[in-house]
Amino acid sequence: MKHEQQHNPPMKYGMAIDLDKCTGCGACMVACMSENNIPFREDESDKLVSISWMSVFKLTNGKAFPDTEICYLPRPCQHCEGHGGHSPCVSVCPATATDYSAETGIVSQIYTRCFGCRYCMGACPYHARYFNWWDPVWPEGMEKYLSPNVSPRMRGVVEKCSFCFHRYQLAKNKAYLNDERTVPEAAYQTACTQACPAGAIVFGDLNNPAHQVHQIVKPDPRKGNKSRNPRAFRLLERLGTNPKVYYLSSREWVRRAGDNYLAHEKTGQVSNVHH
Amino acid sequence: MKVDRRSFLSFVIGGAAGTALSPLPWKLIDDSSIWSQMWPWTPVPPDGEVVYEDSTCSLCPGGCGISVRKVDNRAVKIEGKKGHPVNDGGICILGLSGLQLLYGPTRIKTPMKRIGERGEGKWRKISWDEATAILTEKLTDIRNRGEAHTVAAIAESDSGTVPALLQRFMTAYGSPNFIRTSSQVDADELAVKTLFGATGRAGFDLENADYVLSFGAGLVDGWGSPVRMFRAGSLWKEKNVAVVQVEPRLSNSAAKATRWVPINPGTEADLALGIAAVLVSQNMVDTGGVSGFGSWKSDLLSNYPTQKVSQTTGVAADVIVDLAKGFAKADRPLALCGRGKGLVAGSLRETAAVYALNALAGNINRTGGMWAVPESDYIQWPKAATDKLASAGLRQPRIDGAGAGRYADSRYLPNRLADGVNGEGPYPLQVLLVAGANPCHDLPDSKNVRAAFARIPFIVSFSSFNDETSAMADLLLPDHVYLERYEDVPVGAGLARQVIGLSRPVVSAQFNTRHLGETVIAAARAMGGSIADAFPWPDYETCLEETLGEKWDTLMETGVWVENDIDPVADTVRLAGMDAPAIQAEGDVDRFPLLLVPYDSIRISGGTIGDPPFMIKTVADTVIKGKDGFVEVNPQTASAAGLTEGDMATLSTPRGEVRVRIHLFEGIKPGVAAMARGLGHTAYDGYLAEKGVNVNELIGPVEDPSSGHDAAWGIRAKLAKA
Repeated sequence: MKHEQQHNPPMKYGMAIDLDKCTGCGACMVACMSENNIPFREDESDKLVSISWMSVFKLTNGKAFPDTEICYLPRPCQHCEGHGGHSPCVSVCPATATDYSAETGIVSQIYTRCFGCRYCMGACPYHARYFNWWDPVWPEGMEKYLSPNVSPRMRGVVEKCSFCFHRYQLAKNKAYLNDERTVPEAAYQTACTQACPAGAIVFGDLNNPAHQVHQIVKPDPRKGNKSRNPRAFRLLERLGTNPKVYYLSSREWVRRAGDNYLAHEKTGQVSNVHH
Repeated sequence: MKVDRRSFLSFVIGGAAGTALSPLPWKLIDDSSIWSQMWPWTPVPPDGEVVYEDSTCSLCPGGCGISVRKVDNRAVKIEGKKGHPVNDGGICILGLSGLQLLYGPTRIKTPMKRIGERGEGKWRKISWDEATAILTEKLTDIRNRGEAHTVAAIAESDSGTVPALLQRFMTAYGSPNFIRTSSQVDADELAVKTLFGATGRAGFDLENADYVLSFGAGLVDGWGSPVRMFRAGSLWKEKNVAVVQVEPRLSNSAAKATRWVPINPGTEADLALGIAAVLVSQNMVDTGGVSGFGSWKSDLLSNYPTQKVSQTTGVAADVIVDLAKGFAKADRPLALCGRGKGLVAGSLRETAAVYALNALAGNINRTGGMWAVPESDYIQWPKAATDKLASAGLRQPRIDGAGAGRYADSRYLPNRLADGVNGEGPYPLQVLLVAGANPCHDLPDSKNVRAAFARIPFIVSFSSFNDETSAMADLLLPDHVYLERYEDVPVGAGLARQVIGLSRPVVSAQFNTRHLGETVIAAARAMGGSIADAFPWPDYETCLEETLGEKWDTLMETGVWVENDIDPVADTVRLAGMDAPAIQAEGDVDRFPLLLVPYDSIRISGGTIGDPPFMIKTVADTVIKGKDGFVEVNPQTASAAGLTEGDMATLSTPRGEVRVRIHLFEGIKPGVAAMARGLGHTAYDGYLAEKGVNVNELIGPVEDPSSGHDAAWGIRAKLAKA
């Protein structure tokens, strides 16, 4: 067992995405691409190899016209905590290229350590990880807009959503300069949260009762951090991955689409966390 | 040891087999791939001082405030401006992609003159002096022959100083042919003029409405000012406001609404009038703010009985009554129209019917209601003096016929431009100036438009990008993009207040481009006489500052000027304009059993700007796969034609035929096929070109008999296995 640094109090950054508000406009995807220097190719219609840290999925209730319903579901990295930081991907990485931070609850990805074995991609139940099959190439001139805060990735490494960790670093530095002991809620927000024109994404510290995300989610630590909000659910919650991205929906079929249920099972049942 | 043939071969083959079985080749391949990974072709973005600069986005009519993050002199990220009266921090997918337009390879980098065949793409770089000289010599020559009216200009907007300068240039030069590209604004202006008897536009106090009835308006698909609409949508969710979306297809707007009412395409006006009839017959109307109610009422009741409306629209009679009751019971109900993003003008009948619903609910010029907002009037230039040549030119009829005869009520008819050029117009067109418009892609019936453009002897494009229209041009005079220039951005877009944003240069001009305002002023000065006299400003910035007057300081300080106190153009609605016949889809029912309707998506830019790479990346693989576009049909419709998901099919309409793939979608009415608008570009770059189908290849304009505006909502079509 690795030595875990003691931080007092530890933070647990997480998200609540209101699917009732999400319109599927895709602003979160492009805000992320633009913030994180995500490359693009001429043909991006093969979605298996198209890199998009934030992906918006379209769900339908499967009913025929005119009872059809649609719901959009934005999927960043779920930053699973698992049990004591054993995220599915962290557990399998042979290079310690990805790690769970006990300080922030963010699952990191260090590109220069990654050697491209892609075990993590196999382990991730959310398809949140992407492999660089090609070196990134920007059309002539477009390199000018690349941000120095996030290094462009080379061919052969895996990448994924970092909860805009560079923004946390900047906010932390600023907080220290201002003699603040903690990073204020508004000072650290992810690019997708900031951009969402519908205000569907709320981001913050799930451990901090003053943060909006905590007030919405009200996680229950005795039940594997299951939300106490009846509208809330997590994706594949019953795998015990203990993700930190919560979804809110007032529609039962949407909440049910978040996991695999047998016909007789009620939505929202969570089994114990696996070790 | 003697080396004979046998031992030599054994040695070579054995050695090769041994090496292949050893880890050596694999190790070498692995090493070289790891080693080449370190090659310095992955860029390392240079670090520097970070500053934020505010401006206004003008990629769509929405008028959002933006905050651009810069590292030294590079713009690296566009964010929404917090506290801005339109978007308060939010931003849309196109606004976020703006830097790909600024720095992208699709920019036209310098003025150029065509040297090859038209459309061949062979150009010679020229200086701005030479470019201005070519333009002004050509124009002077035509004018001196007394043919000034044979020059036309087409632009995306007619408000703000830049379009006003272009309009002024046309007037001083002597041409009546300034054309604004088509949009819902056309029908809106006409409806306000017809119903209120004054010039203005409709503004909607969406944030305070408590019941929203949308007749196909893409509330979260890019209608109005898109970010404002997303924000209003979330506000409605929080306040439990009922939102009803009437539309043949389960669009994102329909999916977000509290209720989706599928309707037969093109019958929205009938439903609106049917609802009005229920309101009237059940005495649920407020007639305080309407005139002409008596005669209108009897017409309405006799022509729109619920059963008949139900048959026309395909909406059940009890649903119609239910919608009427919901609308009447609400305190501040609001009815909206304009299909999708409102890129097509639409019919007066439909717009007037929907606005009449608002009037009958008594919500005109009230909180949560519909406002008759006056046009912004800050541009107060003295009238341009016209000399003899100009006056003669201005007396000529317009090439599109607008403003006279049976088109007396319309201001611009871009949908008639192609026919006008192709021989139906009063005279042949000699020069076309294109500013911020891409008619070769965006006008309906592309084939006809291409034929028209081939007939125009001289086309000048001011576009910043290699779009379809600049590919057809003879002279390119590229404008700065919005992040490089000063410009006033008056915002209409359904806002219930008056807003003017200011675009400011966030970065210096990246290429040898020039502000369109400067180009117009320079051309006018070069032409001398009364034309030069009409442009007394030394440069565009002076013109802008003088024009804005006292607003200039506010704009420079805060980037936006807002007038919340609206003085409506009128308070009374004269019920009229609803007796026109319904707009039918072109085509024969027997030959073309289906109805093809275009749909708008916020992820596909439908206006002049083509989708930047980031946006096209977010488009689903059921809309574009490789180069193939898709048509959405109900599984019932598909199986009737023997088609299933992903099949290649031929989609034909009276105007054209294309090959598309099939996407099955339960959320669309059987018998209707839907195709995304804004794809099928032939210009731009490999990230956008040749992807999908331009729906304008398949749809032609359908004239609204009361105005001449394009009111096409679809066309009859046929699907067959390819």
